[in-house]
Amino acid sequence: MPRQPAPDLSPQVSDEVRKTTCYMCACRCGINVHMKGGKVAYIEGNRDHPVNKGVLCAKGSAGIMQHNSPARLRAPLKRVGPRGSGKFREITWEEALQTAVDWLKPLRDTAPEKLAFFTGRDQSQSFTGWWAQAFGTPNWAAHGGFCSVNMAAAGIYTMGGAFWEFGQPDWDRTKLFILFGVAEDHDSNPIKMGLGKLKARGARVIGVNPIRSGYNAIADDWVSITPGTDGLFILSLVHELLRAGKIDLGYLIRYTNAPYLVNAADGPEKGLFLRDAHGKPLVRDRATGQAMAWDTPGIAPDLGAGVEIGGVTHLPVFRHLADRYLAPDYAPDAVAERCGIPAARIRAIAAEIARVAFDEEITIDQPWTDFRGVKHDKMTGRPVAMHAMRGISAHSNGFQTARALHMLQILIGSVETPGGFRFKPPYPKPPEAHPRPHAGHAPGQPLDGPHLGYPLGPEHLLLDDQGQPKRIDKAFSWDAPLSAHGLMHMVISNAHAGDPYPVDTLFLYMANMAWNSSMNTSAVMDMLTDQNADGSYKIPRIIYSDAYSSEMVAFADLVLPDTTYLERHDCISLLDRPICEADALADSIRWPVVAPDRDVRPFQTTLLDLGARLGLPGMVREDGTAKFKDYADYITHHERRPGVGPLAGFRGNGDGKGRGAPNPDQIARYIENGGFWIDHIPAEARFFKPWNAAYQDWAVERGIYDSPQPYVFNLYSEPLRKFQLAAEGHGHRQPPDHLRARLRETMDPLPIWYPTFTDAATDPDEFPLHALTQRPMAHYHSWGSQNAWLRQIHGHTPLYVSGEIWAQHGFQQGDWAILTSPHGRITLPVMRMDALNGRTVWTWNAIAKRRGAWALDDHAPEATKSQLLNHLIHELLPPKGDGLRWANSDPVTGQAAWYDLRVRIEKAPAGQTFAYPDTGRQDSPVPPAPRNLAHQVKG
Amino acid sequence: MTSLPAKTDRKLGLVIDLDTCVGCHACVISCKGWNTQNYGAPLSDLEAYGESPEGTFLNRVHSFEVTRDQAPPMVVHFPKSCLHCDNAPCVTVCPTGASYKRTEDGIVLVNESACIGCGLCAWACPYGAREMDGAEKVMKKCTLCVDRIYNENLPEEDREPACVRTCPAGARHFGDLSDPGSDVSKLVAAREGFDLMPEQGTAPVNKYLPPRARDTLDIPDLASLCEPAPEANGFLGWLDRALEKL
Repeated sequence: MPRQPAPDLSPQVSDEVRKTTCYMCACRCGINVHMKGGKVAYIEGNRDHPVNKGVLCAKGSAGIMQHNSPARLRAPLKRVGPRGSGKFREITWEEALQTAVDWLKPLRDTAPEKLAFFTGRDQSQSFTGWWAQAFGTPNWAAHGGFCSVNMAAAGIYTMGGAFWEFGQPDWDRTKLFILFGVAEDHDSNPIKMGLGKLKARGARVIGVNPIRSGYNAIADDWVSITPGTDGLFILSLVHELLRAGKIDLGYLIRYTNAPYLVNAADGPEKGLFLRDAHGKPLVRDRATGQAMAWDTPGIAPDLGAGVEIGGVTHLPVFRHLADRYLAPDYAPDAVAERCGIPAARIRAIAAEIARVAFDEEITIDQPWTDFRGVKHDKMTGRPVAMHAMRGISAHSNGFQTARALHMLQILIGSVETPGGFRFKPPYPKPPEAHPRPHAGHAPGQPLDGPHLGYPLGPEHLLLDDQGQPKRIDKAFSWDAPLSAHGLMHMVISNAHAGDPYPVDTLFLYMANMAWNSSMNTSAVMDMLTDQNADGSYKIPRIIYSDAYSSEMVAFADLVLPDTTYLERHDCISLLDRPICEADALADSIRWPVVAPDRDVRPFQTTLLDLGARLGLPGMVREDGTAKFKDYADYITHHERRPGVGPLAGFRGNGDGKGRGAPNPDQIARYIENGGFWIDHIPAEARFFKPWNAAYQDWAVERGIYDSPQPYVFNLYSEPLRKFQLAAEGHGHRQPPDHLRARLRETMDPLPIWYPTFTDAATDPDEFPLHALTQRPMAHYHSWGSQNAWLRQIHGHTPLYVSGEIWAQHGFQQGDWAILTSPHGRITLPVMRMDALNGRTVWTWNAIAKRRGAWALDDHAPEATKSQLLNHLIHELLPPKGDGLRWANSDPVTGQAAWYDLRVRIEKAPAGQTFAYPDTGRQDSPVPPAPRNLAHQVKG
Repeated sequence: MTSLPAKTDRKLGLVIDLDTCVGCHACVISCKGWNTQNYGAPLSDLEAYGESPEGTFLNRVHSFEVTRDQAPPMVVHFPKSCLHCDNAPCVTVCPTGASYKRTEDGIVLVNESACIGCGLCAWACPYGAREMDGAEKVMKKCTLCVDRIYNENLPEEDREPACVRTCPAGARHFGDLSDPGSDVSKLVAAREGFDLMPEQGTAPVNKYLPPRARDTLDIPDLASLCEPAPEANGFLGWLDRALEKL
């Protein structure tokens, strides 16, 4: 035998490791970027980082291919062909910025609302919002309106926090985890790490999802629910738990508004809480039978009996709740068929929740003191945790469904207790502690306050004197009263229609609105290119910033090219969507680990430059010169309130935590520390946060609040009832008549379920199936297809159908299907999958690409064998004969109801090779991609 | 023909947990990234942005559906790479000695400078675990990150295969399967780890842990868990008594 070869077992891995934050999705993991000869050679997870603790997903490891993507824009672009053609000329930055100033300056001076500035998946919303406020336009928001505002708003209104960035399951302690409708790219590494921990401990995982892929594939039990019925399933679980008395009454009395007395007297106060002269809600004291302020020391609040005043009996919230959900409408047998879940299985799940919550109670030997001053010698929890995402929220009943889920968590006492669901600072934060929305604008002036917020009643809607919406997206109007994230998906159609008013310039950042981020994609492309009789565009000007040659680029008049995530500064800020953990405050940065090799600039720096050129307040010094050199300078020196800025760590002399003067060395300290800062919450403050005096004091010290903000959970939501009262004719501000019935029904102060608007209006014989899209774990919205490695994992969009549908239509391998909705028709290849809800078909989201975009070959399967379901989804519901067009969105928040889609399927005629509809081709503003890759970076 | 060592000092390999793998492909891409920069020729991608991209991967994840009579279908994600077999047919078939199994740790490697790209080893491997690199025309396969696990330029904690280090769900484990006291051997014993296609006689070192039983939730009706069942005396009566006890 020849001598065994001796390969080099200790090669030099890199010259240097630079630690920054990933941006291959919104997860914000810490990464070690290995550099060789000044180039990025290899990316791995940062073991010290709080989000990912060393692990990294496929996207993160493929960051090097994104950083080197052939689709990277190279220089500012000015359109020279018709919109959508992709014909551009490269221009200088000076010309680009001057063009933008020439367009924007007159708007600011005369009508700032004529700028509509919307951003997508950027992580700088507190910055872009601040910029838009300084400009003075009310028309700013980010992508939450078409993502998960139902989840966020329902969480804030119910319990002062929601899932993901607001909170997380207690992965280390929970014994039963129930996962509802989660997009697999969301919070992806933390969820995978958490599932791994549960599996290692043998904890049970229940997946509630029409599709058994990804996380649901490893769920111990899979509930193949019919889309849009999650709320009904949850309320049936509540029915069972109430019926069996498996609810945590002590928790409800101490920490929720369950004992509050609800005014039963007819009139403008009906359904609001009974209050004393100081405005404090009243409860019935069991000892005296009297109504007393809810926080009177030593009382025993009742949950069942009410008080009689003037011949009217006012009952506590809990009594209303019990009366409603104990009704037979919510019995498992009554909901089983609709939900697609056998009644016995619903009962079994309810029983398992009850068993684990109450028989497997866990305690931590940690004394704590609540906000009433009561001392507790230990922390007791109910180890049932739940998590949900867009699957339950992207429905027209999503807000109330998310409310129902939070009610279920609260009824078993599993929120902010060991083993349950835990908030991550800066949450908990009740709606009262959030700002109200603002839209007060005037020529040459900044807006009168922050754009977005949480209305507490009709008085906070953004309506003008005629009752018309003040915002272009009609957020915070009667159409969508609690649209806390704005309605980005309505901007283009409203701007095109000039409803409620025309805008002049549409300014978008990192949002592929001409493609996968819009409902009704083909029509949106038409709106963007639609012209007036004189040949001018209906939407006069479009400025777009993106790092890559996306579909949206082709529809812009002026393109401001951004850098990749390895070439710029960013801050993942407590003012925005931070990376905190349940046990810690944390934030992080990105920094340029390499300089761009193209004529591109970080978008945030460009925005500051524009702000200075426009003379926006806060961006210029008294002498009119720019206040900030670049975004890094802003991150370091901007103060939102005295001592509170974008980054919480290393403030002042470097020791400041949360509060402190700006520190010129702050970013250097972050880099030294691996790109992040973390500050652990003291042990006595880690649970029961909304009610824990130690947490509240700690949060004030860190600048999260300026004074302690203890509160109780809103099982019953008084703000919702105020909108209902308006719909019933009470109050000064009244909804239009056509919306009264819908507001009465859907703004219910206790969670309800109703069929999605599409289901309610669809003939099940004509459109028998539900159609869903999922994001694959290895892609993030439209970005993954430009990535040579990731597109080999998911390169086209088969339509997955169950064996039953497969057989019924006689599908064979290689066949294509025609999918028809009330609005449109697409074709795409079919594939069989049996682990599906029988009434559901699905495909991957955002893999399909327009020819010419993303530097892909015209014959790439993303362009030929892929399609967006977006073409089937209209932003309005089909006409129903009342002369009105109703929005295809949640009536409370305006969230786009992507997942309400109903379709029918047919076999396409033989010979299909190309996905319908053909949206044409755009010229590529970047050179053709290399044919082959063998990407080894030499030192 | 190339000989296998009669015995190896250790049997380094992977234990892959099919109960926990969510099929996210993190292992696939971290492997691609590391091995494009290290051991031998880079892993190429032909037609990288074209109609039929064809890249070299040393590790791939396949997904299978299991339909069952009395229970809902299951989906199993199945990551697959070289299993570093004791009786590696890819080694014995190699005409040049390029393929070999290391005596010290049992890792099967390809000495690329001796590989003539004949492809016999890929034909011989019953697992389809080897891939001919389209650009370099040499045979590529999992090296078990032999240039990581002994790498003195890496911190000790990082001396494990890239796929193991990156796996978010913790579904991949690395260790010496010849040592019954190793963590991986204990895991295999506890979870009834199995050989892939044992009938092939390849004696693979890598082991797979089977998915645990699925969809077994079978709890008696909730009412039977409750004492006394509130419904029997009416909800309000129960509530009153329960509040009295608080």
